[in-house]
Formats: sequence, C-alpha cells, structure tokens
Amino acid sequence: MDEKIKTPLIRLSKRSQSSLSPAAAWLIRLGSILLALLLGCLVVAITGNNPIKAYGTMISGSLGSKVYFQQTVKKAIPLLGCALAIAPCFKMRFWNIGAEGQITAGALAATFVARTLGAKLPSLPLLLIMAAAAILGGGLWGLIPGFFKAKWNTNETLFTLMMNYIIIGVVAWLQAGPWEARQGRIAQFDAAAQLPRVAGIHCGWIIVLLLVLFIHVYMRHTKQGYEIAVIGDSIRTAQYAGMNVGRIMMRTMFLSGAISGLVGFIIVAGANHTLAHDVAGGVGFTSITVAWLSQLNAFAMIAISMMLGVLTKGADTLQTVMNIPAAISDIIIGLLLFCMLGCEFFINYQIIFRHKAGKGGAEK
Amino acid sequence: MSFLNLILNLVIAAITFGTALLFGTLGEILTEKSGNLNLGVEGIMFMGGAFGLGGVFYYEQLAGTPNGFLAVLIALLCAFLAGALASLIFSFLTTTLRANQNVTGLALAIFGTGVGQFVGEMMRVKAGGYVSLSNAMKDVFTMSPFPAFLKDIPYVGSVLFGNSHFFYLGILLAIVMHLFLKKSRKGLYLRAVGENPATADSAGINVTRYKYLATIIGGGISAIGGVVYITTTAGCTWNNEGLSGVGWLAVALVIFCLWRPLSAIWGSVLFGALMILYMRLQLSFIPTELYKILPYVVTVIVLIISSLRNNKEKQPPEALGLAYFREDR
Repeated sequence: MDEKIKTPLIRLSKRSQSSLSPAAAWLIRLGSILLALLLGCLVVAITGNNPIKAYGTMISGSLGSKVYFQQTVKKAIPLLGCALAIAPCFKMRFWNIGAEGQITAGALAATFVARTLGAKLPSLPLLLIMAAAAILGGGLWGLIPGFFKAKWNTNETLFTLMMNYIIIGVVAWLQAGPWEARQGRIAQFDAAAQLPRVAGIHCGWIIVLLLVLFIHVYMRHTKQGYEIAVIGDSIRTAQYAGMNVGRIMMRTMFLSGAISGLVGFIIVAGANHTLAHDVAGGVGFTSITVAWLSQLNAFAMIAISMMLGVLTKGADTLQTVMNIPAAISDIIIGLLLFCMLGCEFFINYQIIFRHKAGKGGAEK
Repeated sequence: MSFLNLILNLVIAAITFGTALLFGTLGEILTEKSGNLNLGVEGIMFMGGAFGLGGVFYYEQLAGTPNGFLAVLIALLCAFLAGALASLIFSFLTTTLRANQNVTGLALAIFGTGVGQFVGEMMRVKAGGYVSLSNAMKDVFTMSPFPAFLKDIPYVGSVLFGNSHFFYLGILLAIVMHLFLKKSRKGLYLRAVGENPATADSAGINVTRYKYLATIIGGGISAIGGVVYITTTAGCTWNNEGLSGVGWLAVALVIFCLWRPLSAIWGSVLFGALMILYMRLQLSFIPTELYKILPYVVTVIVLIISSLRNNKEKQPPEALGLAYFREDR
C-alpha cells in the first residue's frame, strides 16, 4: 500500500505579521489599482474609443486646470468626511450603512435652521447653529438603530439601510410640499447661510481636514477609541473588562451620525445652497468603500477619496468630450473596489503551490 | 361598485409592480439562506434590466418576424446570466478571497448600477436616441397565459387570471423554492450552511459550493426581476433612473417576509400596493411622497418586532453576513 500524504495543488496560509513589509503591502495595493485601470481600458475599448486618450481626458478634465481641480476637490470633500464618520462604526464591527440617511438628516436639520433663522442672524452665528443642528440631526438619526442594536440586538445593517429611505422620503415630501418654492424645488439659501469660500472652494475642505486629525486622534489616542477597538475585536472581552457595550455602541453611532450630519451641512451650505432629496447622492454608500479600502486609516482616506473624486469628475468631462456615458465612472469605481477588496487577500494570505514530486516539501 | 373597481384596479397594478419585486426578493432569499448578505441587488437588477432588454431589442431587430416565446426566453436568459455573473464576482470576492460582505455588496451595487446605465445609454446612442420594443412585443411581455374567457369572470377574473405570465412564473418559483428549502435534503444543507457553516462543514457539507451556487442562482433570479420591471412596469423602454430603488426595496422585502419564499408572494403584492397607492388612492391628509416611505417604515417595524420577540423561527439566518473561514474556527 503506498499511502501518500496528499497535498492539494494550491494551499493557503496566513501570513505572519512580519512576513510582509508595509511597503510590499502598498505595492500589492498599487498593483490592484493598476489592474482595475487596465480593466477599465477594456470597457472603454468596447465602446470603440481609445483607452489612453480616454484616461488622458479624465486626468486633464479633473486636474488639468484650476477650475477642474476645484470641482474635483468639491466631489472629494463629502466622500472624505463621510468615510471618517463611518470609520469608528466599522472599527467596532457595527455595520452602519446608513450614512446616506444620516447625511440627509443633517442636511434637513441645517436647512430647517437656515429657513427659520436665515434672515434674522448674521452669517457666523447662523452657520454655527446650522452646523450644530446638523450634528444633532444626523446623530439622532444614527442613534435610533444604535439604540435598538444595543437593547435588542436588532440587525443594524438592515436597520440603517431602511432608515436611509425613510429620511430621503421625508425630504422628498418637504421638497414637493411644505417647503416648495417653485417647480418642486426648495428656495436657495440666503447669502448668510452659505459657507464662505477659501482658495476658491467652499471652506468645507478645511472642516473635513480638521476632522481627519480629530478622527485620527480619537481612534488612536483616546480611551473611547480604545474601547471601540476592543469591542471590534471581541465583544466578550469588552464585557469581561467591564465596558458597557451597549452604551459605547450608542455613543459611537451618535458620533458617526453626527459627523455624517455635519457632512450634510457642508453639502447644503457649501456646495448646493439648497436641499433636495438626493442631497447625499450615493456619497453615503461610496464613502463606506472609501473607509474600508483605507483600512480605516484617516490619512489614507484623503488619497482614496481624491482618487474617486478624480474618477467622477473625469467621467463627467469624458461624457462631454468623447460622448462616453458618465456611468463609466461607476464601472471603474466598482472595478477598483473589487480589485482592492480582492488584493487584501493576497496581503493577508500567501499562496503555496504544491512542489513537484521529489523536490521535497520543505518551504523556505 | 366604483369603490370595488378601485380596489380591483389597485390590486392589479400592485401585482404588476410587485412581480418585479417578487423575483428580486426570491433571489435574495436564496442568497441569504446561504449566509451571504448580498447588498448588490440594486446593481444586479439594473444589470438584469439592461441586458435583458438589450437581448430582446437586438433579437427583434435581427429577426424579421420575432417569435414571442423565444423573445421572452431571451430576455429571461440574458438577465439571468448578467445577474449570475455579477453574483459570481461577489461570491469569488467574499467566499474565496474572504472580503467583507457588506463592502463587497455595496461595491457591486455601484458597479452594477454603472454597468446597467452604461449599457442602456450605449444602446440608446446606437439606436438613435430611444430604446423601445415594438408594440406587438410589448403585448407579448404583458400577456396573460390564461385564455380570455377566464379573464371575463366578473370581479375576480382579471385579478386572478389577467396578470402577466411573469407573475405566475414567480408564484411557481416561490413554491418550488419553499419545497426545496423545507422538504429537500439539499435545502436542509443550504440552510445549515447559512445558520452555522462550521457545523455544516464538520458534517461533510461543502460549504463553499453551497454558498457559490446559492448566491449565483439567487443573483440570476434577482436579475430577472430587473427585466420584468423594465418590460412590464416601465413599458419596455430604457430609462436610466427607471429601476432606482427597486433593488433596495427587494432587500427590505426579504426582511419583511422573514426569509420565507411563500410570504414573499403576498409581501411583494403588498409592497407593490404601497409603492403605487399614492397614484390610486389619494387621501388629502397623507401627502403622496410619504406613501413611498411606508414600505421602509413597515420593514423597520418588522425588524424591531422580530428582534424583540426573539422567536427562533423568525430570525435572519444565524451566520448572515459573516464570512466563514475553516481555519478560524
């Protein structure tokens, strides 16, 4: 009987922490981005256009001039802000996919203030009250699913998802009914309720950059950030250590919703100067992927959100210049996400091929 | 009498809208039963709608005298394949490459919406501004499979026998899926994989294969919902915004019917009714826009109540959304 030990052709083993240098890990990530862009070439080629020319148009159309660059940054601001909002939740393994709704809730609250106090207050206090209202609105909208998760373990993924469409529906109602100015639109804000511009872009970019610092410090260097990390690793450990898990969950969800709400304020007061039911416009969903791809690292989020900003703005230009549908940006972003999600596997695991017979099995 | 007519018309319209939801929901139920929470249904349905409509559109252009049965078959097949392919990406990333399901699902939603709109837009440009089927073909898709005299039965005739054949196909599918999940051994294995993959694995069930198959077939079924929506509710015409929100509604409906295929039948008609109620039944004290959030509010309430009651029979699959790695046990 020759009973051989059968080794499969391919096997996987988890990499130890030290076996892959951070540089190599980022190299793999860069490779996955290149792969996604190559796949994007294929899509462009199917439409009968020159892929290199298309990418050139996207780059020049998003970074090529000062105005284009400002528009690109404008697209990246809410993505970055919202990714920062999601980071604490995801660190806690609380799958909050309700950022879309929390943005809308914040925007709604800010608009309410702008409408009621708009003509009565000078700009600075008005903007501050609007921001505070947005923080409260978004925070409370996030707190509701957090409360039910903490008390009765209600599935937060599905709950937060439903909350999005409820608040979006409410805004759609206000837009078409009580707050309608004309033709189903809400009136533009007073000049006092608009964010001032700094370097040609509304000052929301300063707010989100400050938020980057805040989230970095909060997650890495505070007790609350530590509690979040412990719960993310193991709820039982957290309970054993005497942490009030339910309270921390609710607190984190409020914080997350509050930041998303602030992003909503930035969008209405900075970019749109009015409220519409599609105020979030998918940012809440896209930013989840931004947060995840950045490994919840606040600084990496700046780069990733800028990259997505370039793609979206570039695709707009692509549509006007080369007549390729702007939906291509969603395709390329999707491909990018797939490749980057997949590449994490190769960072965390190594693939070992079966050695040819006779060569022996010892690995280096 | 007129009130009765109003109700009957409402039910018929609700069934038309609900049929698309029924397919979307049944597909997602199958997927979730394997423990995979595929949030990409929105994208999958967009792809199904675009590819399904594209398939029939080009078939009609190529064949001089198109065959109705073949056209429906092509629509279903194109949609199914598109959805299956999209779900294959999801399965590969989450099951083989162990990526996070929520994030992958959202990525698929973005990707699928993009692909659907892109394909639809390309077709529109190539066809000279308008993608629409001929009127004869539209009738084929909205036709009822029953003979006309059944439809003429007073009151109940058109409600029971006057719907498009997709609705009856959906009911059949729901019953088959119910029997599969509850009565067959493979269905039991699939549920075991969704509830507790580690136990299933140690019982010798191939967890990976079940997850892959359920997700791919489920995605294909969801995608059929997309083409059903385009060919029945949206009048066989491509519109970039036409399908938006239907996929998310299907995700909600899965929760509402508590992961049961048979409940999905009446659930989808109810959700269909809630979505179109504002057009049929105007009450001055409820603004039309607020009608549209009813399905989501109802879903949230169901979600809360089912977690409050903590009834073992009425819970999401235990391992829903969690990845399974053998070596992590």
